[in-house]
Amino acid sequence: MNMFAAFWRSTIGKKVVMAVTGVLMIAFVIGHVSGNLLVFRGAETFNRYAALLKGVGGLLWAARLGLLAALVLHVTAAYQLTRAAAAARPAGYARREPQVSTWASRTMRWGGMLLFVFIGLHLAQFTFGWFDHATFSETDAYSNVMVGFRNPWWVLFYEVSMVALGFHLFHGAWASVRSLGVARPSGHPLHRRIATLIAVGVWLAFSIIPLGVYAGIAKPAAGPDTTAALPAAAPPATP
Amino acid sequence: MAIDLNAKVPSGPLAQKWDTHRFEMKLVNPANKRKYKVLVVGSGLAGASAAASLAELGYQVNCYCFQDSPRRAHSIAAQGGINAAKNYQNDGDSIWRLFYDTIKGGDFRAREANVYRLAQISVNIIDQCVAQGVPFAREYGGTLSNRSFGGAQVSRTFYARGQTGQQLLLGAYQALEKEIAKGTVRMFPRTEMLDLVVVDGRARGIVVRDLVTGAIDTHLADAVLLATGGYGNVFYLSTNAKGSNATAIWRAHKRGAAFANPCYTQIHPTCIPQSGEYQSKLTLMSESLRNDGRVWVPKAKGDTRAPDQIPDAERDYYLERKYPSYGNLSPRDIASRAAKEVCDEGRGVGPGGLGVYLDFRDAIQRVGKDKVEERYGNLFEMYQRITDEDPYRVPMRIYPAVHYTMGGLWVDYNLMSTIPGLFVLGEANFSDHGANRLGASALMQGLADGYFVIPYTLGDYLARSAGMAPVKADVPEVKATEAEVRAHNDRLLGIKGKRTVSSIHRELGKVMWDKCGMAREKSGLESALGSIPALREEFWRNVTVPGSGVELNQSLEHAGRTADFLELGELMCRDALHREESCGGHFRVEHQEAGEAKRDDARFCYVGAWEYTGAGKAPALVKEPLAFENVHLATRSYK
Amino acid sequence: MGGTGSGKPMNLTLHVWRQAGPGAAGAMRTYAATDVSPDMSFLEMLDVVNEGLVARGEPPIAFDHDCREGICGSCGMMINGQAHGPWKATTTCQLHMRAFSDGDEIVVEPWRAAPFPVIKDLVVDRAAFDRIIQAGGYVSVNTGNAVDGNAVPVPKTDADAAMDAAACIGCGACVAACPNGSASLFTAAKITHLGHLPQGQPERHRRALRMVTQMDLEHFGGCSLFGECQQACPKEISIDAISRMNRDFVVASVMQAEERQVAGAG
Repeated sequence: MNMFAAFWRSTIGKKVVMAVTGVLMIAFVIGHVSGNLLVFRGAETFNRYAALLKGVGGLLWAARLGLLAALVLHVTAAYQLTRAAAAARPAGYARREPQVSTWASRTMRWGGMLLFVFIGLHLAQFTFGWFDHATFSETDAYSNVMVGFRNPWWVLFYEVSMVALGFHLFHGAWASVRSLGVARPSGHPLHRRIATLIAVGVWLAFSIIPLGVYAGIAKPAAGPDTTAALPAAAPPATP
Repeated sequence: MAIDLNAKVPSGPLAQKWDTHRFEMKLVNPANKRKYKVLVVGSGLAGASAAASLAELGYQVNCYCFQDSPRRAHSIAAQGGINAAKNYQNDGDSIWRLFYDTIKGGDFRAREANVYRLAQISVNIIDQCVAQGVPFAREYGGTLSNRSFGGAQVSRTFYARGQTGQQLLLGAYQALEKEIAKGTVRMFPRTEMLDLVVVDGRARGIVVRDLVTGAIDTHLADAVLLATGGYGNVFYLSTNAKGSNATAIWRAHKRGAAFANPCYTQIHPTCIPQSGEYQSKLTLMSESLRNDGRVWVPKAKGDTRAPDQIPDAERDYYLERKYPSYGNLSPRDIASRAAKEVCDEGRGVGPGGLGVYLDFRDAIQRVGKDKVEERYGNLFEMYQRITDEDPYRVPMRIYPAVHYTMGGLWVDYNLMSTIPGLFVLGEANFSDHGANRLGASALMQGLADGYFVIPYTLGDYLARSAGMAPVKADVPEVKATEAEVRAHNDRLLGIKGKRTVSSIHRELGKVMWDKCGMAREKSGLESALGSIPALREEFWRNVTVPGSGVELNQSLEHAGRTADFLELGELMCRDALHREESCGGHFRVEHQEAGEAKRDDARFCYVGAWEYTGAGKAPALVKEPLAFENVHLATRSYK
Repeated sequence: MGGTGSGKPMNLTLHVWRQAGPGAAGAMRTYAATDVSPDMSFLEMLDVVNEGLVARGEPPIAFDHDCREGICGSCGMMINGQAHGPWKATTTCQLHMRAFSDGDEIVVEPWRAAPFPVIKDLVVDRAAFDRIIQAGGYVSVNTGNAVDGNAVPVPKTDADAAMDAAACIGCGACVAACPNGSASLFTAAKITHLGHLPQGQPERHRRALRMVTQMDLEHFGGCSLFGECQQACPKEISIDAISRMNRDFVVASVMQAEERQVAGAG
């Protein structure tokens, strides 16, 4: 037990935790966006997919708890390392010219904080249904999406957050490999190209969903659920 | 009272002297070692290796350096390599050959027994350094690589790219840090030794100044080791680090340690020429460059054509012409003098005509640019950064510069000075290089002294001094020494004159270079013996040292060192004047034969050691005759 | 190498951090550097400024320096926001004034990091680096305890890789340039140097554990892989070393846990 504590206390231990949890969350994000793209296949497919996820029951909760734990560890480590970095340079430079660090790497902390807020709001919106209270349906995820992304402010918030996610993933993906020490020395490392691919792919895939809905490419399904668009007629979301 | 220069060379055949001596020396029982305290001043190759090795044996060791970390000692700047008689190349090397090359390279002015021991130990040094993780260059088969160096016809130089000194020093530094971690060595960085404490005729401590707080303190012990390097900075411009200084050895000299052969200075042939008055130091280009570079000047005087416009027929590859068997790999003193000669003839190149070409054109044609880059890439880059010229296209310009001082405190075979309990290691002593040091031998000597000589000889001294009473801090000698150091510093701070320390140091350097540099002449030396005391007087009357003594004060540090250089410079000129012969790095214009140095073995086959006799008094010369029983005293020939 | 190359003297304005002593309040002060030759090194330019200050009875600017040939690691300052100034793979002493142009303003500051407290002006205390080495940056072999140098063959590629990392001069530019004030590159360089050699193997994992622990105890920041250290390093040590250090550290942590278990069971 002592060893784990010592490992966690070290800066490298924390980076390794961040790398492992980061990789887990990247895997989740890739799976998540792949599923979400089904929104363009229509209400039925999308809702069936949502139902399938809910159908696995205990597994879903295991995944949720796992992700939650990963997030908590990731954020805690990031917070502590940020504090350590700030303490390591109490007096700053009058002039400082970053040379090679990428914008992505220098904005990891701000981007990370935005994503943290985003995750909270995103869960509140589509998992707990706190915002579009009146129209929210436990069973009709498709309609929830349609309602949410009709609102331009939500669309804007998602688009900005997905840009942040892209940058965060780019630096996070390749740095994880480095932090874990599995990268092979190379001038043009493969992991950097893979990181670019992941970052751009995830950003594109995620960002077309709100835009697609807002632009009407993914339309609300025909049938009773269209009433969701009419707040007055909507039944309470949850009993 | 003339001091007694008993070298204490063991009897018996040369090859057995060290073994016999090691057996005959007394040992200190392991339980008693921890009762002895040893002060090691300096943390270069000699100091760090000695401090670490003595701590491993169990002694209580204090180590001091003026830099912020022991890792920065100037040994770190040695580029080319370290010699060892391993004969891994099967090219005819042996301990005897390394011994002979070193004695001959030193122009027969070194003690046979010391040099032989050095050659013997050289093989252990390589083993020790490899074990420490020094990343020496290797062949594809995994064995150690060798290169050749000046003054030798075998390849016996081990190297780590162009950073051999750095890697060897880091090996010793790491061994030292290992002992610091164990608590067996206490390290005092940013601490400068300002005097030696002598009680009852024995060295029993040092007075130091903490360079951060300015606090002056006395540290007492059972023995003191000086490994403080050479005094080349007396010339102001040299390849030494800016902080390299003679203060420790000079103040020990003034406390009774004889100073041997002060005039033997090595002028290194391959340095980057000076570019302006502001120049603060000169940069060496490793001698290894002479393996592939060819040295030349135009045949015609005042030829101002660009080097690539001068056809081969109009170039004078003067080293190859004069010394066909060694060619560009002639020893340093010879190569330097040859460069001065062609420049004096008006055939020098570059600003002021003070330079010769070191040309890689042929090497690039022969082995390709890639290979040349692999061998010397970092040196070429350094050259380009300093001169803004690309040595792959334009030949390097080089000129000799002060590099190493063979002279130093006199020591016997056990590395003990004329003050019992004061040992002197590495460049700070005079012992192994005679009148000229061969390339890649300084690292060898520093590490030999520290790793493999002092651990034995110090033990012998301590074992024989078993009845020595502990020194108390309140004995008059201790208090007086500390008081003198304080008074000296206060005096420096109190002058508040008009001239900066640097301006006086630079002026001293110019006198030394002109009169006591590559070529020395009676009239010049006599004029220097007039101008140096005058300059010293000017210093003590008109120097300005800003700030106080109770803070980090780099001007005060420099002032103290310069004050000592102003005294040492005079002794160097005095020694050069008295030595009416030419040998190694000491070239007297009056003593030459067909342009080559002319030794006078009948009159000068001795070590000239100077005894301090008091302020304002002429020092006394004491001679240690050199007996050559195993080598034939020959005229050095590299033709 | 850039710069003017014209050879004409330049006039520059320096903004230099001045601080009287440890813990004293400091401030940027402005000085004129006139008639600066492009062939001067940066430190020679400061020497000339200092000569002027001393002649006027003002305290000269204190800065660490020694070998002035780029190997001792003593010198180091932030020059216009870059560690060791604008030339790549170059220490401050090897930076030459042809890197600047007439009329330039140059901001000169000490290394900034909590583990490197300022002693005076541009002089900082880097003893933390020595303590990291003390924690395990060596091979525990006493003098006299060595086998023949050729007894253990070392593949050339390993020797070369070890040398690449061993080139570190301990100047602290990596810490100074790192936005986190991390000493990862310094620590990793030593772990990598010894880790590539057979002589370094017996203590490889202990070394990684102990040196990393010491690095953290000194309160250096963690590594975010910005890459600034590698860019600032005058010896161009690669951040590949950091990957290697992390790997050794993780393996060492696991192994230590196993050793404890074995010890506990036995």
